[in-house]
Amino acid sequence: MRNPIADKVSSLKSSGIRKFFDIVSEMKDAVSLGVGEPDFDTPWHVRDEGIYSLEKGRTFYTSNSGLLALREEIADYLVRKDCPQYNPRSEVLITVGGSEAIDLACRAMLNPGDEVIIPEPSYVSYVPCTIMAGGKPVIVNLKAENDFRLQPQELEAAITPRSKLLILPYPNNPTGAIMERGDLEGIAEIVEKHDLIVVSDEIYAELSYNEPHVSIASLPGMRERTILINGFSKAFAMTGWRLGYACGPQEILSQMTKLHQYCIMCAPTTSQYAAIEALKHGDDDVVRMRDAYNERRRFLMHEFRRMGLPCFEPFGAFYVFPDISEFGMDSETFCTELLQKEKVAVVPGTAFGDCGEGFVRISYAYSIENLKIALARLEKYITELRGRSQS
Amino acid sequence: MRNRILKAIEHDGRVDIGELAIRLGLDETAVANEMSEMEKEGVICGYFTLIDWDKTDSQTVTALIEVRCTPQRGQGFDNIAERIYKYPEVTSVYLISGGFDFLVTLEGKTLKEVATFVTDKLSVQESILSCATHFILEKYKEHGTILAKKYEDERMLITP
Repeated sequence: MRNPIADKVSSLKSSGIRKFFDIVSEMKDAVSLGVGEPDFDTPWHVRDEGIYSLEKGRTFYTSNSGLLALREEIADYLVRKDCPQYNPRSEVLITVGGSEAIDLACRAMLNPGDEVIIPEPSYVSYVPCTIMAGGKPVIVNLKAENDFRLQPQELEAAITPRSKLLILPYPNNPTGAIMERGDLEGIAEIVEKHDLIVVSDEIYAELSYNEPHVSIASLPGMRERTILINGFSKAFAMTGWRLGYACGPQEILSQMTKLHQYCIMCAPTTSQYAAIEALKHGDDDVVRMRDAYNERRRFLMHEFRRMGLPCFEPFGAFYVFPDISEFGMDSETFCTELLQKEKVAVVPGTAFGDCGEGFVRISYAYSIENLKIALARLEKYITELRGRSQS
Repeated sequence: MRNRILKAIEHDGRVDIGELAIRLGLDETAVANEMSEMEKEGVICGYFTLIDWDKTDSQTVTALIEVRCTPQRGQGFDNIAERIYKYPEVTSVYLISGGFDFLVTLEGKTLKEVATFVTDKLSVQESILSCATHFILEKYKEHGTILAKKYEDERMLITP
């Protein structure tokens, strides 16, 4: 039989997290700090609205771009968050999670051989989406000494005449790093100078613990060259509803909508009705969950300091990214051993790019009680490792 | 600072002050001082344990009693409230707007014990016009805590 698989697909690396997941799933009694989604349930009033929409029989397609009422709520919400004004009729597209929006942005804008600058460590889908859209990923290896913020000179060094897109993934999964206004200004200058377009993945925007998150789209001159991507998964604890959105200039959004129309038709209708409720009456929920994450974040940082595990202080998302290089083993070995010896699951930094080597991602989307149990086991493991290296 | 401390301890009275300070990003001594201040001022009225007695072998009966009364000249409802809340078996007393005046909750060992209290102690009071007693059959949620079922983490162990 002929090879049924396209060369481009078989040459794609499968996600590093996948491999590790297979090992973890064999461990029945493992304590996990490996999850990339909130531990909170979707607020009840939001779920109730979803249920109500089903009861009313709202089970049809919506328009390709999504319910206008939802797009209007999103446009209002973004203005409340100091983002630019987007026209809900032509500049907002409701997608199946932020993930779809990333894929659409790449496919709508890339010609064969166009380069996409991707800072790493970062979420697992940017490279495959770029490749499948015919683009060429150009990786920028972010540095711990810069708190994993993208530096203007790092960006400049990655630029070639083929550079077209910059993926800007902040607040960042897996490092928890943020970019503040001052950082973004330096980036925006280079983006303009080299005529790049920014795909700004701001799915963790609400989980920013110092100052409110600043979108690069809100900087002067950046609105027309930014696709802003956000969604409901993290801010409103709605991962399973699969609902995100993209906003940007109409000329790009209309092309993304065309792709979306052919491959998705429209985002789930029930989720869209629930999301309207989330934006209308969900502000307090967001604050409540953010405060809880922030308590856990401080607690975790304190515990790492006490254990002597080096870690820059992350101010976004719900991850910390400690440095485990002192133990002289690669991230994957460290994680596999930690799992086998102490039954704690954390994710190797290498799952998010080669420069994640020497780090592990620890999620704090868990209750303090859970964190305590896991940290006690982690401490036991690193104490044992330190003892090993001395003897 | 006060509200942040109160919010944190409202559902966890046993939290270690050192840990609480870390979680809130505050100084431990400052938190300890603030808490004892609030205890003195009566903002913090006590630290209690939420018990689901139905899961133990000692059974209790809880009743809600709607009380109608005539307020007394010069003293309004306060005097009557005091006469009710002084009974140790009374667990709470609220002045209520609407069709009746007080909502009283009461705990007893048996139905009979509660009934006796209502007929012998409560309804005989001079200013009390009527009592309507409701027995609680099932407690689903108390003090913001769902008693009916336990939270289970159904997420996958690892996700990107």
